[in-house]
Amino acid sequence: MTDKFTPVANILKQYEYDPSKLIPILQKVQDAYRYLPEDVMRYIADELEISPARVFGVATFFAHFAITPKGKHIIKVCNGTACHVKGSSFLINTVKDKLKLKEGQDTTEDMLFTLECVSCLGACGLAPVMVIDEVVHGQVTPAKAVELLDAVMKQEAQHA
Amino acid sequence: MEKEQFVTIEGKRVPIEGEKNLLELIRKAHFNIVTFCYHPELAAYGACRLCLVEVEGMGIVASCTVPPKDGMKVRVNSDEIRKLRRINLELLLSSGNHDCTLCSKSNNCKLQKLAKDLDVTEIRFKSKKLDSHKDATSPALVRDHSKCILCGNCVRICNEVQGIGAIDFAFRGFRSKIATAFNKELGQSHECVSCGQCARVCPTGALMPNSSEIEEVFKAINNPAKKVAVHIAPAVRVGLGEIFGLPQGQNVDGKIAAALRMLGFDYVYDTAFAADLTIVEEATEFLERFKKGTNLPQFTSCCPAWVNYVEKFAPEFIPNLSTARSPMQMMGPVLKADFEERGGKREDLVVVAVMPCSAKKSEAKREEFYVNDNPDTDYVVTTVGLARMIKEAGIDFVNLENEWFDMPFGTKTGAGVIFGASGGVMEAALRYAVAELDPGNARSVKFTSLREPKVFKEKTVTIGDVKIRTAVVSGLKNARKLLEDIKSGKDHYDFIEVMSCQGGCVAGAGQPQFDGWAPRKVRAEGLYQEDTELAYKSQDNSGVTALYGRILDKIGGPVAHKLLHTHYESKKFRVGEERAD
Repeated sequence: MTDKFTPVANILKQYEYDPSKLIPILQKVQDAYRYLPEDVMRYIADELEISPARVFGVATFFAHFAITPKGKHIIKVCNGTACHVKGSSFLINTVKDKLKLKEGQDTTEDMLFTLECVSCLGACGLAPVMVIDEVVHGQVTPAKAVELLDAVMKQEAQHA
Repeated sequence: MEKEQFVTIEGKRVPIEGEKNLLELIRKAHFNIVTFCYHPELAAYGACRLCLVEVEGMGIVASCTVPPKDGMKVRVNSDEIRKLRRINLELLLSSGNHDCTLCSKSNNCKLQKLAKDLDVTEIRFKSKKLDSHKDATSPALVRDHSKCILCGNCVRICNEVQGIGAIDFAFRGFRSKIATAFNKELGQSHECVSCGQCARVCPTGALMPNSSEIEEVFKAINNPAKKVAVHIAPAVRVGLGEIFGLPQGQNVDGKIAAALRMLGFDYVYDTAFAADLTIVEEATEFLERFKKGTNLPQFTSCCPAWVNYVEKFAPEFIPNLSTARSPMQMMGPVLKADFEERGGKREDLVVVAVMPCSAKKSEAKREEFYVNDNPDTDYVVTTVGLARMIKEAGIDFVNLENEWFDMPFGTKTGAGVIFGASGGVMEAALRYAVAELDPGNARSVKFTSLREPKVFKEKTVTIGDVKIRTAVVSGLKNARKLLEDIKSGKDHYDFIEVMSCQGGCVAGAGQPQFDGWAPRKVRAEGLYQEDTELAYKSQDNSGVTALYGRILDKIGGPVAHKLLHTHYESKKFRVGEERAD
């Protein structure tokens, strides 16, 4: 029988219910659920015998963890020093416009895209860098960003 | 013999005598450095940066986290330290809303005291926009994040001492805050048991017992259609005086009775009366269980945070909880039944309880304690709340002549009074039980071990071939350990007293704030002193006996059960309970 908690239960088993492995557990759980749902975090706390407030504290401390649902496609735009001087803020605005994201919103209404501004991807030689679903694109201009997004959108439209 | 070890503090040689850290040594040398995150009852944390000192060869360190070593040379007030201390304080002041004149914590706030001591008159750093959201959803406690300096005392006491972890640090950087799980309001927390120990160790006004009911109490007093009865818990009489500059632990019940009349209460009673009533019911219940050998060990149920704990975290022990209500929740229905018997209407009597506790506020709101939408206890005011009322009314408390409580609900025995100290409820119950089992030797048992200032105590009473094994535990983490040992079969007891606050009600969140064990001890001594002046056991309370004759009928009988007993239910929250285990 599978239910909502089967994936997290398996991950916890894999880490032998070790509370000191909370961060890797949360990473795996986020991979499985695309974010950290409240009841899943509570489940983790119960099983590891730590307080849910502690799990929540860890989950909200690291920018990597999301406590609200993320979109199907994750777009990361680097805003580290090198990317910033190479104009990544224009890139961010372009993506926001293209995805019709309002102020403070990072996931599209249709749950297809999430935009994340990250601090450094360690690929400064390629600045400015944009990552779409783990694929790294270097020296991205706003025009190229639109092109890349159009490709994903087209693909989605075909699936629909 | 080992050579004596010294640290030199501002040129003064100070011997090391087992101090855990430099800060303790510095304080021993009478440099009373004010700190926020260092608390003698909690692990050192090193967050507030106000205990910074200069150690020769080490540079600037947080003295609370550095162990003292022989030969250390310490500067407490060098130019650099003075500068840093001021900057750190200014940064703390700039990070929140510290408008002292509009804060209930004023005069009792460590942040305010330090700002005054350092004569801070301007803050050079610009304040950011504040989270001014106030969380008053819990009947027990109010949180104001804008006054929080993130010292973490509340987080640590909830984890280290209570073993609950209802709150923790969440988010990051400027957005850091103390949050419940998933940032819920405190009233919606599945973990908080309302014990309020977090508020007891909060250095600012960020966490305080909910005082919203004071206004309602004044309104009731000034409403000619209502009669208002008030009763004060044992611990209140040894807590209130210090707010008015009287010695800590001094029993001021006579002045309180006078002040309550001046405030306009119609009837001024003593919760210790109801404590005797609790003992009569609870000890009788115990003796029955003990004879039958069922649902043992019996746990006391007068501490509402402990009851919350059992319901939320250990519901398997619900059958072991005494069904006897707490003294506060016995007093309410008894006063209202008495008022009705004398021709009044239940809703025309307003019952106000003055308690040393924040959890009592949530206890009064439990739905089983309402009859036709009318609560058994209308309002709960803390010891500190009563002081506020006395001050607002302009009553010259210190110079009041002692007065007596009103009869018949002002009569009490020593057994009822010692309820306020950890070990007191057990002692009172055993006094009752011994007298029932062996009337000729009622005073033969000494309870010295139950009066020690410890978080775990034991006492076995032997009467003929009957042995009653009892334990007393305070602090919820200690209670939890005891529950585990009982479950594993490691420990066997017949009767266990549990208090959520270490040291019992004298150390409750509604009492004037304090650190360490000395104040608990002094307050408890105030109660044991009153005990020596009163009758010994609850059977001797003539008012209680008369009440059974007039209203309650038989001990443990149907009327007594309706008015004096209650029931509990599991409130344990687990996600995926529907999941296949």
